[in-house]
Amino acid sequence: MRRIRAAAVGAVTLSLALAATACGGGSSTGGGSNDSPKTLTYWASNQGASVAVDKQVLQPELDKFEKQTGIKVKLEVVPWSDLLNRILTATTSGQGPDVLNIGNTWSASLQATGGLLSWDEKNFAKIGGKERFSDTALGSTGVQGKDPAAVPLYSMAYALYYNKKIFADAGISKPPATWDELIADGKKIKAKGKSVLGAEGANLSENIHHVFVFAKQHGADFFTADGKPDFTNPKVVEAVKSYVDLMAKDQVIPAGDAEYAQNQSVSDFAKGKQAMLLWQSAASNLKSQGMSQDAYGVAPVPVISGTPGAGTQVNSAVMGINIAVFKNTHNLDGATKFVKFMTSDAEQKILNTAYTSIPPVKAAQGDQAFNAPDTAVLRDTLAKSAAALPQVPAESQFETAVGTAVKELFADAAAGRAVTTDSVKAKLEKAQQQMPAA
Amino acid sequence: MTTTALKQPVRETSPGAAREPRRRPGRIRRVTLPYLLLLPALLLELLVHLVPMAIGIVMSFKQLTQFYIRDWGTAPWNGFDNYKVSVDFDAPVGKALLQSFGITVGFTLLSVGLCWLIGTAAAVYMQDTFRGRGLLRALFLVPYALPVYAAVITWVFMFQHDNGLVNHVLHDQLHLTDKPSFWLIGDNSFYALLTVSVWKGWPFAFLIVTAGLQNIPRELYEAAALDGAGMWQQIRRITLPSLRPVNQVLVLVLFLWTFNDFNTPYVLFGKAAPEAADLISVHIYQSSFVSWNFGTGSAMSVLLLLFLLVVTGGYLLLTSRGRRASDA
Repeated sequence: MRRIRAAAVGAVTLSLALAATACGGGSSTGGGSNDSPKTLTYWASNQGASVAVDKQVLQPELDKFEKQTGIKVKLEVVPWSDLLNRILTATTSGQGPDVLNIGNTWSASLQATGGLLSWDEKNFAKIGGKERFSDTALGSTGVQGKDPAAVPLYSMAYALYYNKKIFADAGISKPPATWDELIADGKKIKAKGKSVLGAEGANLSENIHHVFVFAKQHGADFFTADGKPDFTNPKVVEAVKSYVDLMAKDQVIPAGDAEYAQNQSVSDFAKGKQAMLLWQSAASNLKSQGMSQDAYGVAPVPVISGTPGAGTQVNSAVMGINIAVFKNTHNLDGATKFVKFMTSDAEQKILNTAYTSIPPVKAAQGDQAFNAPDTAVLRDTLAKSAAALPQVPAESQFETAVGTAVKELFADAAAGRAVTTDSVKAKLEKAQQQMPAA
Repeated sequence: MTTTALKQPVRETSPGAAREPRRRPGRIRRVTLPYLLLLPALLLELLVHLVPMAIGIVMSFKQLTQFYIRDWGTAPWNGFDNYKVSVDFDAPVGKALLQSFGITVGFTLLSVGLCWLIGTAAAVYMQDTFRGRGLLRALFLVPYALPVYAAVITWVFMFQHDNGLVNHVLHDQLHLTDKPSFWLIGDNSFYALLTVSVWKGWPFAFLIVTAGLQNIPRELYEAAALDGAGMWQQIRRITLPSLRPVNQVLVLVLFLWTFNDFNTPYVLFGKAAPEAADLISVHIYQSSFVSWNFGTGSAMSVLLLLFLLVVTGGYLLLTSRGRRASDA
């Protein structure tokens, strides 16, 4: 009997404990507080060749921050495949990090959730003012006319990476400046038995970055000025078709790339199987795959006219990482201090050098480290011929819907099916119908 | 308190006066004790299963988009709109859902059928003792024991167009195809998915049927053999009818698992599955997580739940009635 009684008491206690934890799970939905001023949790995005590399790069800096302020930063490097889901979950539950990295293209979408701290004049003043950052980078921090949802941390741009040896063997003296030149060079490269240009046909984000630039070059936009999807605009259709045609018609992108989604095209390039690669700040990635820096050259991405610039001469999306403060933070002051630290001139130099990206902080850009020939190309692209992806709340849905459409078109091209204006239009129409009615 | 508790049973057994009033607390205790002991399990069940389900159902009536997820209590109610969107088969969302549903049904039927067939055949062959039977049995269970991610990602490498094993064998060595095929994109993806699903699922059928076979008395086979029944007749007249109750559960479980399988297609194809292999679980995931419309995603999930409930109920009703009829 005693045993039974003990069991009964245990059962009741356990039930009560369960009920208590279930009730305690809720969170305040109010703004941030300063309840725990001595610790911070930081979700970093995966910028280096692996999560381990990121930890090596970031940990010494976090130690430095702890020394300066006494605040201990708990670091977690979140892989790209999980980052957006993790942020969404954190937003929904109110339980998340204090400071986090976001892909700059998500800024407007995440801004709409209201989960991130807005950077108004007052908040910007705490980190040295908005003027410290380049306008290009600020253009990808949220919907225009609203206070930014995040602060630029690393800036990146697309460039054309080419294998010097394959070019020399094929008798090509300089990298192509226009798409026609690229296609003509492709014939010479294929004659030497190498593949021409790499692409990640099944990677939705990569597809989006490229078709966005192609649309710009055709003088079109995926969204109207008031933020409505306009995917079936004839010029957009033409632009998407001309990108897929690099595989379907011009055959410079090998058919096998249609199923690439895990950066296989970077490996193909690093292994010397493929002559060219369109990639953002690839230097550190190529180095980690064993390709020495003098084996490849870096040139601006081709444009129709041959001279990159604004408008139809755009040859890259403004890529990059923004740093944001989670609104439910329990250490608002510490989080702001941390953002200030990460965007300080000194840290910007160290971090952007490690990741071969460009500092969005103007004062750090002049540093000698960002003047090497390859980083100079990226810097000039960002300054002169890069455009921000649409800053609309539905941006992340756009990436999925249109990215999937392009993936399916690549699959058609790879299977030898014709890619026509009609088939492109049909896929884009379907993508547009999947967009939320705004 | 402990002393009375200890004394009580003794008193109860002894006949005597004032029995009634003393008995009541004991009876209450006896009646409530099981419930008390069940309480933690019940609460856990509530917490882990029923509450999320209820929340999911509530969510399906809300317009839960990215604008409201931070404080989703404030998301506006929109009645049956999410359901209307999901079942409006003339509009793109409903049409895509219906198509995905059709693919899933076809895929599930094929996968469950093949899993059952291969599993049962293997179990019947493994019934007789022979050298190396234990080893073979263990080997057969490997796909089932492997972690899903590790197993499926290996298949991804094998299915690759340029350097995959499958194309190497089919194209380079056997010359069965004119050119290397794509398995992870386009129409072939359905067969790739089916292959992996059957590979992963049949060992379970094998395991269960093997267990079921142990309960069939050997004398039945001996008697049948004496009466001149061949191998095939023994299987048809003895093995299959005896396995009926096992199969009833096995097929149902395989059906539910396959129909709801998320890991296999997700690891195989990523966020956006090719149209030919757009299983409903990934489709719903894409409709909610990727497009950030959790209301519609929930509505689709509820519809799926209803469908599976109807199928399961119907199946159990049909099979148990059939069994009763055959038993009678």
